[in-house]
Amino acid sequence: MEEKRNSKGFWFLQGMRAGIPIGMGYFAVAFTLGIAARKAGLNVLQSGFMSATMLASAGQFAGFGALAAGAGYLEMMVTEIVVNLRYLLMSSALSQKVMRDQPFFHRFFMAYGVTDEIFAVSMGVEGKLHPYYMYGAAAIAAPGWVLGTVLGAFLGMILPARAMSAMGVALYGMFLAIVIPPAKKDRIIAGVVMVSMVVSALFTKLPGLNRLSSGLPIIVLTILVAGAAAILFPVGEKKEESQDET
Amino acid sequence: MKPNVNLALLVMAGTIYLVRALPLVLLRKEIRSPFIRSFLYYVPYVSLSVMTFPAILSATASFFSGLAGFCAAVILAWVDGNLFRVSIGACIAVFLAELLL
Repeated sequence: MEEKRNSKGFWFLQGMRAGIPIGMGYFAVAFTLGIAARKAGLNVLQSGFMSATMLASAGQFAGFGALAAGAGYLEMMVTEIVVNLRYLLMSSALSQKVMRDQPFFHRFFMAYGVTDEIFAVSMGVEGKLHPYYMYGAAAIAAPGWVLGTVLGAFLGMILPARAMSAMGVALYGMFLAIVIPPAKKDRIIAGVVMVSMVVSALFTKLPGLNRLSSGLPIIVLTILVAGAAAILFPVGEKKEESQDET
Repeated sequence: MKPNVNLALLVMAGTIYLVRALPLVLLRKEIRSPFIRSFLYYVPYVSLSVMTFPAILSATASFFSGLAGFCAAVILAWVDGNLFRVSIGACIAVFLAELLL
């Protein structure tokens, strides 16, 4: 096991395995993104470039909005920061999860792969996180994202509507596969998951609030609920380790 | 003034990279504060739950197929837990639900 733990190849392959469902989900979502990119006036090359460099669904949709509105560069930056603020939290969580014996420069490359899905599988890894796990996941997921965008921009709606609709839940299914198993073992996590979903459902029903851009409610709710959970149920050293082992 | 599209794409890509990179690069040391450690421990569970629900209910062609996908995913995640199988299972549930509706 100790050998495996330090093997780049082992972690890269593990990451690629986790990357397959992500890449499939990305492909479907990016396809619709590509269609939206064309509507926003980008050409096929620009659409692909945007997906390759940003690798962010909400961020890119917000980008189309900013482009369409003729927003200035500063406004675009502010929009991207607000819509993607959750990555700041995710990246903070990852900073504590990375294996400490790995060279520091990896963190600059790992940052590229901080998406909701790659973050999710990376936090689901047993014990500490090897940078190559994220590289493996990104090596499958990012091409799926870019390819989906380019095909969407190029071809428009070729997939049957039913297939598109079914693929729409792939990413959510993955999120649930990450939060449910720990919730099964730990009642506090189960409670946190349920409260998060209920509050999130209430949030979308509240008049006024449901008009906020998609990224903002996520960060507000994450700070509120995770903050409340941290106050009510502080986590001891022991439990963090047991999380690492599951 | 209408911004140059290519430059705009670079500006947005640079901004999002910084948002992702700064914490990873700046938080080099292990955080000692029990509150922050606990907070970060809960962040993935909360953010993923908030993103999933209720968004999953409107991710498909109809509310009911979305609900079918959600239920299938929760059950599969509970009994099996494999990422790939849960994900595909949810897709199949949606597909079947839409055939029936």
